[in-house]
This record gives sequence, structure tokens and C-alpha cells, in this order.
Amino acid sequence: MYQYNDDDQTLIDERVTQYRGQTERYLKGEIGEDEFRALRLMNGLYIQTHAPMLRVAGPYGLLSSKQLRMLAHVSRKYDKSYAHITTRQNIQFNWPDLKNVPDILADLASVQMHAIQTSGNCLRNTTTDHLAGVCTDEIEDPRAYCEIIRQWTILHPEFAYLPRKFKIAVSGSEQDRAATQLHDIGLHLIKNDAGETGFRVLVGGGLGRTPVIGKVIRPFLEKKHLLSYLEAIVRVYNLNGRRDNKYKARIKILVKESGIDKMAEWVEAEWQQIKDGMEVSDERYAETKAHFTPPTYEENAHQDSSFDANKNQSAAFATWIKYNTADHKTPGYRAAFVSLKAPDSPPGDITDKQLDAIADLADQFSFGEARTTHRQNMVLADIKQADLFDLWQKLDALSLATPNIGTATDMICCPGLDFCALANAGSIGIAKEINEALDNIDYLHDIGDLKINMSGCMNGCAHQSVGHIGILGVDKKGVEWYQLTLGGSSENEAALGERLGPALAKDQVTQAVSTILDVYIKQRLDEEVFLDTVKRIGVNPFKEAIY
Amino acid sequence: MKIIKDKQIIEDSWQHIADDEEIGNGDITVSLSRWSSEKNTLANHSGNIGVRIAPADNVADIADDLNKINLIAVELPAFTDGRAFSHARLLRSRYGYEGEIRAVGKYMADQAFYLQRVGVNAFELEDTEEYPAVISTLNDFTVKYQASTN
Repeated sequence: MYQYNDDDQTLIDERVTQYRGQTERYLKGEIGEDEFRALRLMNGLYIQTHAPMLRVAGPYGLLSSKQLRMLAHVSRKYDKSYAHITTRQNIQFNWPDLKNVPDILADLASVQMHAIQTSGNCLRNTTTDHLAGVCTDEIEDPRAYCEIIRQWTILHPEFAYLPRKFKIAVSGSEQDRAATQLHDIGLHLIKNDAGETGFRVLVGGGLGRTPVIGKVIRPFLEKKHLLSYLEAIVRVYNLNGRRDNKYKARIKILVKESGIDKMAEWVEAEWQQIKDGMEVSDERYAETKAHFTPPTYEENAHQDSSFDANKNQSAAFATWIKYNTADHKTPGYRAAFVSLKAPDSPPGDITDKQLDAIADLADQFSFGEARTTHRQNMVLADIKQADLFDLWQKLDALSLATPNIGTATDMICCPGLDFCALANAGSIGIAKEINEALDNIDYLHDIGDLKINMSGCMNGCAHQSVGHIGILGVDKKGVEWYQLTLGGSSENEAALGERLGPALAKDQVTQAVSTILDVYIKQRLDEEVFLDTVKRIGVNPFKEAIY
Repeated sequence: MKIIKDKQIIEDSWQHIADDEEIGNGDITVSLSRWSSEKNTLANHSGNIGVRIAPADNVADIADDLNKINLIAVELPAFTDGRAFSHARLLRSRYGYEGEIRAVGKYMADQAFYLQRVGVNAFELEDTEEYPAVISTLNDFTVKYQASTN
């Protein structure tokens, strides 16, 4: 993974010093509330319902074992001994003290981590496929481009006060696991007819109050023009995006109001002026790429016979392999998911002990690296098949081996009313109820591939509009209600879920989800997955069963 | 009144003339729209001429007049309005303006570093007590990732 050079380190150290000064001036009353708000947000610090919340960047989801241990340390020393993985592959602490944040950032900087631009109306953390570099359907490893984008975004002097936040995602594989169609800019590595790799560029996608699927602004962009094209889009947005209404300020509204053709014309005109001066040189790319060379895999790893023997002997291990591991491009290796969706724990939460233990497992089995996923789990990407049984037992002892990746209890869930100042309704409690209702693992596996996403307000942090089942908490006269949608997807066939009917009371939600699953089981054909059944029969049969 | 120019606090005598105000003597700035409609008469003005760029203005509109202009004031009506950053950048990088670019309006001392990076070399704030903080933040970082004006 990327290792900082002296300049990278100096930059984040100077950022800590800058923020320490800003915090001191704020505490002395020399910086006003509104002004400090903007400054602290660009250092990842929110003020939540109970306490501040600090969001630390997980650059495109990659973490070293050393960094994991530091996160564990921070959670112990400054927080309540746990952290939370977000849909932007970031790491959140829910209980830090505002005056301690400069010290936390200094601790993080000592392991090449920061919280720069994890919030605020600026260029945010770039996300990518959690299986980058190891998946079998990869066109090109996107991580070197992610790092080049990371450097371009960090402290970009022109784009720190955009109309609204700005998110970029990159996918390098055929199957889009990075939800690129739902980002302000989505970049998809593709091959053109001449066999060259480049980017398909999408613009104006996004979730939140007005979910929109991104539109193609450029079908094929030569890779060397990556940064100039991004700069052209963001400059057009900075100068033309709406600033009169915060709910209409995202680039998706500019694209909608101007039309994609007009937007493309503006971007093209801007890009023509800057493209020749901003090329990503072959040297720069090679230098960055060198940080992402594959580890030294064992050549004979696939000759191990214990893996099959263990699967035959232990049905539980075989089930875990089926649901919680993914194929690897190197024979004899698999990528293993660390499920942060145990039934008794809020989705995406992880304790200090688990973080330390994952660091040890990463060192022991996976070249010292781990990844966070946008579905709020983690991945150990390079596990030799002979080690999987041992790894599984160790993860199981840590409550990190619930075999539910990609199933109904692998929910994306925001912190909801329990923590978030914006939320209208609770989400963690409902997630727990659904988990309890689906506690029969055979039933869960029979239902199969199902993505339930639940947000406690229409800001949509948990991507409910692209959940196969989406659950949105709303407030009606001080009472929590829940709006259900069906048929959303954030993958290749991206779609926004269709509303099922009027919002449901809190005590009806879990029953409604069970009813939806009953209808699916009754109506499905052969091996048909949930999403395909919804597409085939529409929402009416589900609606009729619930209302 | 005092401003910061090239990292020094100096006395400044420029007057910002509103669109409905009479143009008197001395060094003055006018809005881009007033410049556009009155540039022929303004050419006879005895003092120096500056132009103020409002957030919604298009800086390309003065690209051909830059040799007649001694100061460009980029306006931040609120610190959250980041269009001035692009205006300054374009004036320096695309249109090659080498005169004074001054940030005016309501902005934070802590934005001065980025403003300097995009080409602003003068800072005018109502609250001149902020000036030591402005000068100090200009040195916040010694390294950078992006090519920009500075």
C-alpha cells in the first residue's frame, strides 16, 4: 500500500499544527461558531447529539496493521473503546472530546493517517472496490489512480468551499462494487476497441434527498488526462453550482437543471484549456503504481489439500467460505470478509480488541494489510487457502465470522437517532429487531443475496434508495415512521428503489420485512435472487401482502 | 485604512465605489458591470482603476481589459462562497494578470493560505485586528500536492 514520503508526512504534520492552533483560538473565543464549524468539519469533526464525532479517512479503504492498532489505541484513549466503519470506507469515533482532537490527529499522523476533508463542502475521501488488486474480474487495479486522486484532492486550494460536498469513486472491475453510478463523479476503468484502458466518466449521481443515477459525461478518457478532467468538472461546478439552497447545491442538480449535454459542453470547453498542462506523467504513475505491486504469493498455495478436507469435515467452515470469502486472482488464495454484522452488535461497529486482533491476523495471514468496505465490513484480501480454517476459527472467537456477507443481515445502517444530530428516527434498534427475526441461519441462506439498507433520515447516509429493500426513517409530528422501498441497486444495473406504500409505524417494520421475504419465497423461480424477482413481478404483490 | 499586501500591513487609499455612487478622485474600484458599461469614460479617470469581481461574474469578460486595470478585487460575500478562488486562479493562470488581486468581503483569516495559493496577494478585511492571524496563516504549509498559482 501507499507509504508516505517526507513531503506527505510534513503536510499532515503541518495540518495537525494548523488545526491545533484553530482549536485553541476557538476555545479562546477568537474564532466564531460558524467559522470554526467549517474548519472543524474539514478536519472530520462533527458535533452530534451526545458528543462530537470524529471521522478519520480510510484512503480508498486500505489500512495497515500498524494503523489498525493506532485506531484501537485512539478508541481506548480518547473514546469508548470502539469505532464505526462508514459507507465511505472511513472510520468514525463517536465520543471524542473537542479539545482532545488535535492530540488524536497527531497520534493518527504518526501512522500516516488523517481526517482531512472527511466532511465539509469539499472534495471527500475517494472510495473504491474493496477487492481491488485481487478480484478475478479486474480490468486494471484502480488503487494507484485512487492515490493520485487522493493527493490531488487533499488541500486543493481552489475547491475547499464548493457549493456542497463532492464524492468520487473508482471501479476497476467488470462488476461495480464501488457504487460509481451514485457518486458526484464515478470513474470506471474500461477497455476501448483498441484494447487501451481508460476511464468511463459519470457525473451527477448521488443519494441523499434526491437520489439520482449518474450520467456518462465522457465514454472514454485517456488515463493521463484524469486530473485535468476532474479539475474541469469541479471548476465548472464551483462556478455554476447552486448556492442559494443547500438541498439543491449538489452537482446532480446542476446536471439536472442544465442537462447532461450542456454540462458536457462546459466541461469540454474548460478541459481543452487545461488538459495539456496537467497530464499524469508515466513516471508519476509508475512511481505510484510501485506502491501497489502484488505481495509475494506462494506458488504452490493451491496444492494444499487441507482446505477441501476441512470444508468436508466442518459444515460451518464450508458455509463461512461460501458466504464470507471471495475468489482471488492468484490460485490457492481467497479474500476473506470480516463480518461487522454480528447479531448483537450495531452494524459496522468494531471494538478496540477486535481492531487489535484484526491487526494481528493481518500480520499473520494477509501481508499486514486490511480493507474497509462500503457495506461496513472489513476484508483480509490475501489469505492462503491452507490458512483459512485457522483464520475462520480465530475470527469466530472474536464474533467476526457471522456467515452473512451479502445476505439480509449484512445491513448497511446509519447511526440513526441514537447518535446523529440530523436523524429523524432510530435505525440501530430496527436493525437489531430484523436480525433477531432472521436469526435462523438456514433461512437467511435460503433467502440468499439481499441488500437491506436503512437510514434514519432522508440524508440517506446508509444508501437506502439503492437497497434491494430500503428503509427510511421519517419524523411525523414527533413519532418515528418508516418508508419502505423495493428494487434498488448500486451495482452495474443501478436502480432507485420504488416506494412500497405509506410509511409504517416502528413496530410494523420488522413484520413488513418478513412479509416481503415470504412473498419472495413464494414467488421466486428456481434460483432467482430477490432483486430479480422484484424486477419480474413488480412491487404490487409485496404491497398487497403488507397493506 | 490598512490592508495586507505581499505579507505586509500597509496603508491603503483605494475606494470601492458602489454602482449608484458618484466617481470622485483618487484610486477607485468599480463593479464589473459598471466597468463594462462605462469603460470609455473611466479611461479618463485621473487615478488608478480597479474592478470588483462578484461571485456570479465571469472573469473572461475582462480578459481583454486587464492591461487597463491596476487592481482586481475578488469578492467573498460570505466565507462559504468559494467562487472567488476560481476567479483568482483563472485571472492568474489563464489570463496572465500580474497586478494586485485583493480578497474583499467576509472571509476567515484561515482562508488566506488557500487564497494566496490561487493567486491572491492582498487582503482587506473590515476587522483589521484579524491581520496578524492572516499573515500567520499564510505560512501554514510548506508543502503542497497541486500545481496552482503559488
